[in-house]
Amino acid sequence: MDEMTVEVSVNGETHKGSVEARKTLADFLREDCALTGTHLACEHGVCGACTVLVDGQAVRSCLMFAVQAEGSEVVTVEGLSPNDGSLNPLQEAFREHHGLQCGFCTPGFIVSVTAFLRDHPHPSDDEIREGLSGNLCRCTGYQGIVRAVRAAAGAGA
Amino acid sequence: MKPAPFTYHRPSTVAEVTALLAEHGDEAKVLAGGQSLVPMLALRLARFEHLVDLNFVPELAGIRANGSLVVGAMTRQAAVERSADVARTVPLLARSVPLIGHFQIRNRGTVGGSIAHADPASELPAVVLALRAEATVAGSAGRRTVPADELFVGTWTTAVEPDELLVDVRFPTAKPRSGAALVELARRHGDFAVAGAACTLSLDGDDRVADAGVALLGMGPVPLRASSAETDLAGAAPSAADLVEVAERAAAATEPVDDVHGSARYRRRVCAHLLAQALGQAFEEARRG
Repeated sequence: MDEMTVEVSVNGETHKGSVEARKTLADFLREDCALTGTHLACEHGVCGACTVLVDGQAVRSCLMFAVQAEGSEVVTVEGLSPNDGSLNPLQEAFREHHGLQCGFCTPGFIVSVTAFLRDHPHPSDDEIREGLSGNLCRCTGYQGIVRAVRAAAGAGA
Repeated sequence: MKPAPFTYHRPSTVAEVTALLAEHGDEAKVLAGGQSLVPMLALRLARFEHLVDLNFVPELAGIRANGSLVVGAMTRQAAVERSADVARTVPLLARSVPLIGHFQIRNRGTVGGSIAHADPASELPAVVLALRAEATVAGSAGRRTVPADELFVGTWTTAVEPDELLVDVRFPTAKPRSGAALVELARRHGDFAVAGAACTLSLDGDDRVADAGVALLGMGPVPLRASSAETDLAGAAPSAADLVEVAERAAAATEPVDDVHGSARYRRRVCAHLLAQALGQAFEEARRG
């Protein structure tokens, strides 16, 4: 199988690897970088569980091949919390407002909302719901998630 | 890893892309934003020996406004959404892009990718048809221009040949006293439209329609231009009731699918309603001048 080298900055650290071209960025993060916070559910771009930031923009990491991230800066959910292991204000808001039940979708939500609140610091409720529409929670715990985002926005997270 | 193995190519110029396509023919597929192609690969609905990645070809991305608006095929939908030039010169395009998928999809998804994918329910092919935009297509023999009416030839099929590449799309700039709207019905925000309508029209000094462009989403196997509605509107000064009639005639002429998302009859009724709504919005905007 043809392998290609890839060099990607992940959470500020350079990761070099040799990968098959068909390996998705999501699989590269989980298997080659051992960063399993990025979750995989549908693996065809519907659910949003695998959302990461690539060069600052939230994208589905299951819809990018690792080789396409060559030279990019990737931030995963692991890169969003402080180094001391505490939660960031958005994560705190999710905990405070019951923005997670089983938690499987949560990394995708956290990454998406991080980008969303950066670009829309004072969202209306409609904007929050539209901003969340690209992530699915199969526990259907959306009310808590909306409350968490509203609280985080109010707190300037 | 879900897609079948392929050989990955990373060209940096259009000439390199067309050379690769000439070499590999229909065993090769260009990879734009990947928001439709990669799911199809992951589900093994499609399989190619060679993927030619366009994401490292800088000349394919960018928005130029001079006389008309030229959008490079690899321009991200998110870039169009943020562009003041697009909002000013081609409001229909600016208003349609936020309806595509979700913001995470639009961060990767490209204008050219969505048009070349030619899904009959998607927004940009309808915008291309309503505005009578033109596509520039490059092959190893050179470039050619494909008018909107010749671009969409079947479901997921365009006039772009397997050894050719969509390079950019030229949208005419909105005229004075014009209005535009795209209205669609989807079960959830970002879902494919069950039905939808795009329209643009401009008025003359007597508030009569000087020019109209109408296209329908999800109403047949290909992105559809509703020429009958355009003809009905030309030279007219229609009332709201007239617009409903125009829309009902346009919808009645379509043959949409019956599927789990809606029966053909339901789609026609929804489409008529949406087109009347889109035309009403466009008129109001044009009259305000």
